[in-house]
Amino acid sequence: MMASIKRKVAVIGAGITLFRRRLKETGRELSFYATKMALEQAGITLDDVDAVVCGTAPDAFDGVHMKGEYLADGMGGHRRPFVRVYVGGGTGVFTPIAAWWHVASGHFDIVLAVAEEKMSSCFPHPQKAFTTIFDPIYTRPLGANLVWIFALEMQRYMHVHGVKKEQIATIAVKNKRNALDHPCAQLPAKITVKDVLESEVMVWPVQRLDISPPSDGAAAVVMAAEHVAKQLTDDPVWMEGVGWCLDSTYWTNRDLYYPKYVEYAARMAYKMAGIKNPPKEIDVAEPYDPFDYKEAHHAEGLMLARKGEYLKDVKDEDDIFAKYGRDGDLPICPSGGLLGVGNPIAAAGMMKVCEIFWQLRKEAGKRQVKNDPRTGVAQAWGDLMQVGTVMVMRV
Amino acid sequence: MSVKVKEYRGTYYSRKDLEEGRVMAFKDRPEARYAWATGVAMGRFLAELKQGRIVGRKCRVCGRVLVPPRMFCEMCFRPTDEWVYVSDTGTVLTYSVSYLGPAAERLKEPIIIAVIQLDGASPGIGILHKLGEVKPEEVKVGMRVKAVWKPPEEREGAITDILYFRPVEEG
Amino acid sequence: MSVERSRLPDEIKHWYGDMICDYTYTLGIAGEKFFTGLKEGRILGTRCPRCGAVWVPPSIYCPDCFEELTEWVEVPDEGIVFSFTIAHAGPDGKPLQEPEIYAFILLDGADGGLLHKLGEVRPEEVYIGMRVKAVWAPEAERKGAITDIRYFKPVE
Repeated sequence: MMASIKRKVAVIGAGITLFRRRLKETGRELSFYATKMALEQAGITLDDVDAVVCGTAPDAFDGVHMKGEYLADGMGGHRRPFVRVYVGGGTGVFTPIAAWWHVASGHFDIVLAVAEEKMSSCFPHPQKAFTTIFDPIYTRPLGANLVWIFALEMQRYMHVHGVKKEQIATIAVKNKRNALDHPCAQLPAKITVKDVLESEVMVWPVQRLDISPPSDGAAAVVMAAEHVAKQLTDDPVWMEGVGWCLDSTYWTNRDLYYPKYVEYAARMAYKMAGIKNPPKEIDVAEPYDPFDYKEAHHAEGLMLARKGEYLKDVKDEDDIFAKYGRDGDLPICPSGGLLGVGNPIAAAGMMKVCEIFWQLRKEAGKRQVKNDPRTGVAQAWGDLMQVGTVMVMRV
Repeated sequence: MSVKVKEYRGTYYSRKDLEEGRVMAFKDRPEARYAWATGVAMGRFLAELKQGRIVGRKCRVCGRVLVPPRMFCEMCFRPTDEWVYVSDTGTVLTYSVSYLGPAAERLKEPIIIAVIQLDGASPGIGILHKLGEVKPEEVKVGMRVKAVWKPPEEREGAITDILYFRPVEEG
Repeated sequence: MSVERSRLPDEIKHWYGDMICDYTYTLGIAGEKFFTGLKEGRILGTRCPRCGAVWVPPSIYCPDCFEELTEWVEVPDEGIVFSFTIAHAGPDGKPLQEPEIYAFILLDGADGGLLHKLGEVRPEEVYIGMRVKAVWAPEAERKGAITDIRYFKPVE
């Protein structure tokens, strides 16, 4: 199946807005800022664009039904082939995957992938909208809150592998500190493991500083076929592997300690990219980190560490920076991740794709990883502990 | 962020800015109401709860007993074959202590929630419910629990016909 | 798949619930200027430097050219009925005592216009191309909302 895909696809430009708890701009205006920046960075105008792929999470956040259509003109989708894709929190990485097949198929040469989220519209807190993703008959009557499923998964992960909260908290410390160098970041901070462990308990074992915030924001990338990309830029970043996988919605019917669906998505992407030994062949990774334990969970799903071993030798802050800091053994979430930069759902996943693009192009400035990266991976996750989306990029 | 970009856009406002009118906004409350069809499996499941019983469905090919029940096996992709009653006792697979209500509001008294594998359901097949008559610090993965039901006359055919699960001593 | 008849007389067929959320929609960069303009009795649009289009309601970008729009222009509160409809039922589907006329009004000098009500005119008198003018709420009653214009009425 995959052997038949001959057309190579490159990312040639990326754009992003500030990520904040509330932004005054409408979702369309935010989309315009990100899209315009991506076009400018690619050195093209909207006239050059053949099609647009929109990614945005539940309509219930922005409070606009048929949000894709609503956002279309701000994303450059006016009078063009335009489609919205949606796989919950996995949408941010799935959007460029969908744009990839638009180009790889040979049908289009230049395609925009744009992701937007305006969670502040849902007032006073977007958690209320999140509750409507649960089964209305079986789960909602119990008074379910979205954080429940993360807490249950985190507990199971800790129980099965004997991982301690002190170890998991180092991830929040790392990512929030990395975010100090990201100009768009919402919650950059210099904190300690002690701060995380003493922060307000939300849904045990999840505490305030274990969680990424709700955010407004948008991000975009421009993708082009090989012959066009080589004309437009000297530094194309190739999309060499894509993978995605969805598990059943019956999340209480599987062992939450390991995201098998992420592994399946990663295997698909790695096979396509010819990667046999992920920790050796991947130089920089942006696994999805809406919660700190999720970075460990997903890094294991991405096979960057064995099951339960992501934090094996990590006892404190120094250890995590030595292993996964920007000058560590394998830099993980050099952007600052969702924990530090913010979590406008679909735009957050796209932010990770942008980060790998900038890292591989050596444009990441103070955030630049030190290992001369050639291969990077971005991953997002979503729905009811259910979806994995993975993208491998190379220079 | 790229070093090639000098300005990132977006205009932050605080909740106070909104409340004091420095940001213009329109407020609305769409109220969509639904009558969700329960379907065959969930309809029977709810009706059985009203009778004080918990029912699952069995797939004879993979052998799994599925709770909550469904009329098809998503792994074998074929109809499930028979109704199977499972026990109202089981084992905690994972648990959590929630200080948050559905809209992220702070709860005065936290509630304990758990994924419980009922006796008679297949390994790893759990249901979500609450725990009661137990302190948060006493809950353990692997703990044995039993359903505490509403009195029969108060049951309405809902998951909340089970009030919660409580620990049981087994000798 | 086997469709089984319910064996229990009280099998539950439906579950009733809702999806209710409260929203605060910011008007955005263009929206704030537009609605502030309405409060002052002015209809504002943005002009695209590339194609010359004047967008009303305004946008901070030209959807055609994708240029950022920073030039604000005031357009007259007069225009023509581009299309119209006569509503005999309200938003809840119930019959209205008096039918209401809704029109899309193409404003003079704008590449766009407003959806609004028509007033001081009988349904049978309305036609496409009819010239109309805004009837504004008194200044003290204006709130920075589309209803600051009460309706459009025919002009000679």
